[in-house]
Amino acid sequence: MAETLEEDVKTNPQGDVISAAPTPPKVETEKGAAAQRVVDPDYLILQAPREKTFITGSEAAKEAIRRSNVDIAISYPITPQSETMQQVGYLYAEGYLKDYYRAEEEYGVMSAIAGASRSGVRCLTATAGPGLMRGIEAIASWPGARTPAMLLVMCRVINTPLAIQPDNIELSYLLNTGLIVLHAENQQDFYDYPIIGYMVGEKPEVTLPVAVAVDGFFVTHARGWVRLPSADIKLPPRACYHEAVPMMDNENPPIRISRDAPIQKSNFISYQMHASWQQETWAAAERSRKWLKRWLGGLVEVVNPTAKTMIVASGAAVSQSREAVRQATEQGSDIGLIKVKSLRPFPHQELIEALDHAEKIVIPEFNYPGWLAKEVKNVIPRTERVISGPRVFGGMSMPTELLLEYVLEGKKH
Amino acid sequence: MSLATVRVSPGFEQYLPQEYYDLVKDSQFVSPRKVSEMGSFKELIEEHPMCAGCAMTLFIRTMYVALPSPENTVFVGTAGCGRLVLSQGAVPFIYGNYGDTNAVASGLKRGLGIRFADKPKDVIVAAGDGGLADIGFSMVMHSWFRKEKFTTVMLDNEVYGNTGGQESGMTQKGMVLKMAPNGKKFEKMDMIGLAKTAGVAYIARVVPTNPNRVAATIQKAVLIAREIGPTFVQAYTSCNIEYAIPTPKVMDDAREVENARYQFTEYFSDDAKEYWDNIVVEKRKIKGSATVE
Repeated sequence: MAETLEEDVKTNPQGDVISAAPTPPKVETEKGAAAQRVVDPDYLILQAPREKTFITGSEAAKEAIRRSNVDIAISYPITPQSETMQQVGYLYAEGYLKDYYRAEEEYGVMSAIAGASRSGVRCLTATAGPGLMRGIEAIASWPGARTPAMLLVMCRVINTPLAIQPDNIELSYLLNTGLIVLHAENQQDFYDYPIIGYMVGEKPEVTLPVAVAVDGFFVTHARGWVRLPSADIKLPPRACYHEAVPMMDNENPPIRISRDAPIQKSNFISYQMHASWQQETWAAAERSRKWLKRWLGGLVEVVNPTAKTMIVASGAAVSQSREAVRQATEQGSDIGLIKVKSLRPFPHQELIEALDHAEKIVIPEFNYPGWLAKEVKNVIPRTERVISGPRVFGGMSMPTELLLEYVLEGKKH
Repeated sequence: MSLATVRVSPGFEQYLPQEYYDLVKDSQFVSPRKVSEMGSFKELIEEHPMCAGCAMTLFIRTMYVALPSPENTVFVGTAGCGRLVLSQGAVPFIYGNYGDTNAVASGLKRGLGIRFADKPKDVIVAAGDGGLADIGFSMVMHSWFRKEKFTTVMLDNEVYGNTGGQESGMTQKGMVLKMAPNGKKFEKMDMIGLAKTAGVAYIARVVPTNPNRVAATIQKAVLIAREIGPTFVQAYTSCNIEYAIPTPKVMDDAREVENARYQFTEYFSDDAKEYWDNIVVEKRKIKGSATVE
């Protein structure tokens, strides 16, 4: 009888050996985490020399986390997020993080992040679509508890019908939680924004969690050019005692402290306390503006600022709009573009000024309700200028031809 | 934190609230106290809005006295009667969302472990039967499966007391309560058995009829969680309002329930047993602890 041709070593579809033993680190520790040195955030974000690489969005996020001096990451799989937190797992195995585990589900993840952040360490998690919805009760409680943390959101449809395709309807829910919410356009942003987010959220006058959202698959699973600084530099560690509220580490008097006191007695003082605390939490997000301007280079980017027709977009819709602007220019039309980088705080003053001269404002989106158009209409005068579209959803792509119909040919619905 | 941190600076005594002054002059923050001394020193909890005669309050008071290191302890709770006391104790208390306790405690304990590698920080979840066995069930079980090193104390009053008397998973079968208009249809959940299945290192079922035993149980649970793995204390803390127990009869009820179906039981894993035996045999002095029974 012929010998079996099957290999003795079992591998998974990616070719990794399946074994009960831990995989040895893929990077030598001395050259990796141990060789990193802390640098000033301004240097890491703005000044350090960078080299161009061609990587996926998930890999870009991994490179951000590698340089962010993260203490603990808590993961749970969901498409299209899983790959990023797997990559972060490899960083943990290589010594870049001090703790990492796969939790029970998203509510458990987001609650554990709440606990970890209260202990004073720098935390990371990531989720997508239905996972965000499952965790949102806990997420919505983070800002009021003043718990800095990083939440990466790889947008996908919210079931039903069940699907995993890109669609950013979930951000409309996230916008009213009190988190700082940045919307990354591409792989480069998905590297830069998490690092900036950590530094902004941990500022004493801010002390808030930050979400960095990106459109799933279009960015997470596609390669793009990303300019990266050297891997041997990282952010300073979290300085938790500089923040707005005490840590729950029992290290500081007074010994009688309940940072999370229930305020639910039926009397005016309780209502007043809750109301003023909500006001303070939203005011804290407002105080992040100056840091976001410093490190993002402004809450918006404006292309062709004098054009009479302006596109306003965030996320992957910006990339499509850039291409539409290029094609329109080739055809001899002058079209402008405003990229909204920060959804919370929302760049209302920037939009009022940049759109003052515009006669027509087109707002393309990857979701059905058109939340960005509503946001823009809420803050600018003369809203009859706004065309809320084109909108694609459920995983559809946004062809530039469709955009140009709205921009050049007067299509409105 | 170091107890030296909470000493009053000379000259400032007169400016401290009396209640705080007492706390740093005559409490467990000064020296360990015994259960038998309760009433003669400043306790970590004193004022609270609990109902008259509440057994849960007695249990929590006793639990506070038993803490091995109150100056390095953090409580985690959730909605329910217990947090009305816990939020006013002299130990930091995290009041999270509904049923999130064991996930919050997992993150907290790990974070504290990163920041204070050489200093034990005790994390204790104290929440009700609804919070732990119903809404927080999956997070309780998974924290045990993951062998998270903190203590879970169930304040089991067999009802949703704080929301007005609804059936919980820990209610006895047949009980007529709100949301169980024809009586509860299924048996009281066996959390002790589930804890064993999940590999909890120390498990105890206790009724506050014997305060010294309550204190000893809490001490074992906290110290074993510090060194070995997850621990679970299920305490019968009756709701005299929803179960219509006359206030003077609360302890009579506790004794009856204890004799009928809530006998004291404790279970040690092999590792936990070895660890605890060493403590007892060597009569190791645990700094800052109350006296072991």
